[in-house]
Amino acid sequence: MNSSVATAVSDVTSIAASGQALRRFLHGLPGVDEAGAQARAAMLASRSIKTTAKRQALDAAISMIDLTTLEGQDTPGKVLAMCAKARRPDPADATAPPVAAVCVYPDLVPVAVSGVAGSAVRVASVATAFPSGRASVDVKLADVKSAVAAGAGEVDMVIDRGAFLAGRYLGVFEEIAAVRAACGDAHLKVILETGELATLDNVRRASWLAMLAGADFIKTSTGKVAPAATLPVTMVMLEAVRDFRSAHGRQVGVKAAGGIRTAKDAIRYLVLVNETAGEEWLDPRWFRIGASSLLNDLLMQRTRMASGRYSGPDYFTMD
Amino acid sequence: MSTDQGAGAAGRIAVRKTYKLYIGGAFPRSESGRSYAVTDHRGGFLANAALASRKDARDAVVAARKAFAGWSAATAYNRGQVLYRVAELLEGRRAQFAAEVRAASGAAVRAAEAEVDAAVDRWVWYAGWADKLTQVRGSANPVAGPYFGFSLPEPTGVVAVLAPVSSPLLGLVSVIAPAIVSGNTVVVLAAERCPLPAITLSEVLATSDVPGGVVNVLTGRMAEIAPWLASHMDVNAIDLSAAPEPLGCELAESAAANLKRVLRLGDGDWSAEPGLERMFGYLETKTVWHPVGI
Repeated sequence: MNSSVATAVSDVTSIAASGQALRRFLHGLPGVDEAGAQARAAMLASRSIKTTAKRQALDAAISMIDLTTLEGQDTPGKVLAMCAKARRPDPADATAPPVAAVCVYPDLVPVAVSGVAGSAVRVASVATAFPSGRASVDVKLADVKSAVAAGAGEVDMVIDRGAFLAGRYLGVFEEIAAVRAACGDAHLKVILETGELATLDNVRRASWLAMLAGADFIKTSTGKVAPAATLPVTMVMLEAVRDFRSAHGRQVGVKAAGGIRTAKDAIRYLVLVNETAGEEWLDPRWFRIGASSLLNDLLMQRTRMASGRYSGPDYFTMD
Repeated sequence: MSTDQGAGAAGRIAVRKTYKLYIGGAFPRSESGRSYAVTDHRGGFLANAALASRKDARDAVVAARKAFAGWSAATAYNRGQVLYRVAELLEGRRAQFAAEVRAASGAAVRAAEAEVDAAVDRWVWYAGWADKLTQVRGSANPVAGPYFGFSLPEPTGVVAVLAPVSSPLLGLVSVIAPAIVSGNTVVVLAAERCPLPAITLSEVLATSDVPGGVVNVLTGRMAEIAPWLASHMDVNAIDLSAAPEPLGCELAESAAANLKRVLRLGDGDWSAEPGLERMFGYLETKTVWHPVGI
């Protein structure tokens, strides 16, 4: 991003003073070169990470996972089992780090809180009529408040994609700001659902919109829509948080969620973070991976590196 | 595809073949990008074959594991029909197989054709076992109580097979068929010196009704690949009959890590009666109690 844009964005209140001003700002953001973004993401994906670097990357990836279960069939038992796994991912190896957080539906937050009590694992809850976001603002805010009251330390909200695509940016902005206020001390992650935003230009605009409205994290997807997280989309979001920090001095995190299933994929994302946003983002406080089956693959790779032989899914818990 | 080498008729440029691996129903190149020259019994160039790496072996095990659920759940009758159809396709490639066997072993035309015929017959013989295994190997057990006890054979899972060196086609068929007939899926490492019949078999399987991943064919060096298969925690059984000593012993030792079933029956006379040992070697027994009258 060039410096003229950076200086122009220094004042959030004037940007969001009116729908027109906000639209002027978002549409004034430089366009994304889609082919270039894909080529760069593909180039970074071909980096070879081996031996000690790979060992570090696997542990870093584990510590950045938001271990997630977001199904209609979730039971308290399943959430508790997931919490046990979050605290100690590999029962056979205490050196495997715990994951960053567990992510559940709001009604299961109390169960998750009891499951991770006494550990550093945080509890994240989706809210605001996840995953579609189709509910009135009052219902969404009530959803958020109940999750926070139940003990969620992080809230994953979805933006109103319909409003965003219709160009009602101010409405989206105000909704995020209202949710931000309702969160209190809880961290707010804003899900852009990039699979529904159609273009990388929109991804960049939505990223800036969410950050301007007060997001602590911007998150790619709900995991309920295909395509979920992809490397080019995540790269555009990482550029946005980097540029936002240089313009506003506030660091915002990124969460890639959905579709990251193998250790190889996860390591590609870490390379992307390092090369796009920078090393400061390579920390569970600033980069998260939303996943469920990924953890087992990371553990299998970890075991392979420690034992010298390939491991199998029989030796790890099922999700 | 013939196995003739170099330029044939005057003026025509030879189409030299570089074969690929067969993993999960697809034909990928080796992850390592390597290949090696396959020669006939006199040392003449036949074709290039992929030189598989440990990562190809890993991918093949993943593909075999993925295919296991479907293949083992297919009815025995269905598996039998699928295997009979493979025999039909093998028959259709008779000339090609015979040429490959000849090139590998230097056998006379008659002898090579006889080996191909024996291989097809062997395949049919095993196909017939698909819906008879349970009757022969299973049992209704006498129990002292008002219930029944049944013991049923079930496939053990993913089987790694080192293909015999002495018999490029008949031997190969004789180690693959007994594993898959009961519902196992296999990763077979073709004989390093004569992999072409195995590659052609993979082309046959790819166009048959055998689901992708049920048979995966690697070509490469036994000393490089076999240790990774033997120590792999997600492989349930391994056929080490073709491994020379002391490699065979070392492989058997590392196979013990996850209590693999290990077969070491020797690389002997493949034209003899196959017996049941190989087929029964990849089975687990499940015994269930069934209350009477419910």
